[in-house]
Amino acid sequence: MEREIVIHVEELTKQFGNFTAVDHISFDVVKGEVFGFLGANGAGKTTAMRMLCGLSRPTSGTGTVAGYDITRQYEAIKKNIGYMSQKFSLYEDLKVWENIRLYAGIYGMKDTEIARKTDELLERLNFARERNTMVKSLPLGWKQKLAFSVSIFHDPAIVFLDEPTGGVDPYTRRQFWEMIYEAADRGITVFVTTHYMDEAEYCDRVSIMVDGRIDALGTPRELKERFCARSMEEVFQGLARKASRAD
Amino acid sequence: MPAVKVENISKSYGKTVALDGVSFEVEQGELFGIIGPDGAGKTSLFRILATLILADEGTVTVEGFDVVKDYKELRKRIGYMPGRFSLYQDLSVEENLQFFAAVFGTTIRENYHLVGDIYKFLVPFRKRKAGKLSGGMKQKLALCCALIHKPDILYLDEPTTGVDPVSRKEFWEMLKKLQRDGITIIVSTPYMDEANMCDRIALIKGGRFIGIETPENIRRSFSVPLWAVRSGQMHRLLNDVRAFSGVKNCYAFGETHHFTTGEGFDRDKLWSYLEGLGHTSLWLEPAEATIEDCYMQLAKM
Repeated sequence: MEREIVIHVEELTKQFGNFTAVDHISFDVVKGEVFGFLGANGAGKTTAMRMLCGLSRPTSGTGTVAGYDITRQYEAIKKNIGYMSQKFSLYEDLKVWENIRLYAGIYGMKDTEIARKTDELLERLNFARERNTMVKSLPLGWKQKLAFSVSIFHDPAIVFLDEPTGGVDPYTRRQFWEMIYEAADRGITVFVTTHYMDEAEYCDRVSIMVDGRIDALGTPRELKERFCARSMEEVFQGLARKASRAD
Repeated sequence: MPAVKVENISKSYGKTVALDGVSFEVEQGELFGIIGPDGAGKTSLFRILATLILADEGTVTVEGFDVVKDYKELRKRIGYMPGRFSLYQDLSVEENLQFFAAVFGTTIRENYHLVGDIYKFLVPFRKRKAGKLSGGMKQKLALCCALIHKPDILYLDEPTTGVDPVSRKEFWEMLKKLQRDGITIIVSTPYMDEANMCDRIALIKGGRFIGIETPENIRRSFSVPLWAVRSGQMHRLLNDVRAFSGVKNCYAFGETHHFTTGEGFDRDKLWSYLEGLGHTSLWLEPAEATIEDCYMQLAKM
């Protein structure tokens, strides 16, 4: 059975003045896939991701995200995706339930549905007694888990995760990845960037950006075979060292 | 004289205990790593060592100076790179470095030999505002600013968070070089491959040090049987292995899952059990423990 394509881009390009941040990239992501989007700092990942999320217009190229055109229907895209970044996701001086309420409201969910799903979520995370805790007093690992849960609270087709596990210890990172697996098993497509190469191994497919282009794309196993490498770390080191662009 | 001597320090914020009776020594010229979960007390420890906050109890001397009585003298000898990027975002690269040099009564020229290897990457961007730099560049600039007054000892609080694997490797090559130049370094990191590159590692949890050892001794102290397993169905494999009798702790480990076993574990039975559950392309071998496995073991406790 052919799997449904939820992200499709062709020759996507973004220029800032005479600097080409993203240089004619093309790829597809299918429903329920965990797609790793790797690259060195400055390779163009964030710029590409902003275009996919409807936050920035491409200079040229075409694409669809969740069935909507990234050059025209960016408001529709925003409603149908989730986003979480390590740098910003939750409001520190709002309580746990207030953060959930705020984001769910922004995505246009009904009050009764929000109330029901909030209870469900806090129960599932074993987090019910933290309902009234200020987010700033939660440990980082808990914040990340909550931020991820909030980002998929409105059941988006795709969730974009920008370095979701940065600075997180090995134990907590693994708990986080088990949540990613669960979301993918429920049919949510996961588009994730990371600097941890063991996490690259957990992705169904991985792309590696170098100087604004996608230099490699495949399953971790295919990439290791193609580059005669023992690990994704070696694949990455081999490709990213060829970068000519200083960040 | 050890570079750092910490005796029985404690620190609480209200009811939250950040450090609970921590003692250790760091040798001159040592590269000393601190690893532990978020909230374990690492940043409080750095801030006490850097004379920025006071411990509730206990004493600390750095290079023979007391962190409380001799803080002024000590600050000249310490370089501190905090976990959060803390340079002036709206000063340029060059202005930030000049500022930190001036604060310590020196100039970039006088100590350029210390930072030159790192600063050379920044030279093309020296007029750029620090806030506009990418992660890898910010971190290089922060290191330059921490080094420009020629400190005897360097504190680095998670310096490579958000930094890509290539820049991380370069960063650690720089640290090794600084160590060869005689600088003592204390560094915290969530990356276990980096922990491996330290002379000794302290594991911190709940405000207590639960072990200080060389990476090799930590690996050797791993005392339970460890296995690596792989199949065509990795997500499901995790829970299937966990449900099998005699399996204690199972977690993802790159392209395989690792698990530890106890009484009553039978390899062949696990194999046929997994086959029975429809796992294809099965592979199952004993594994050698890494620092990351040791961490996972301790985190469970």
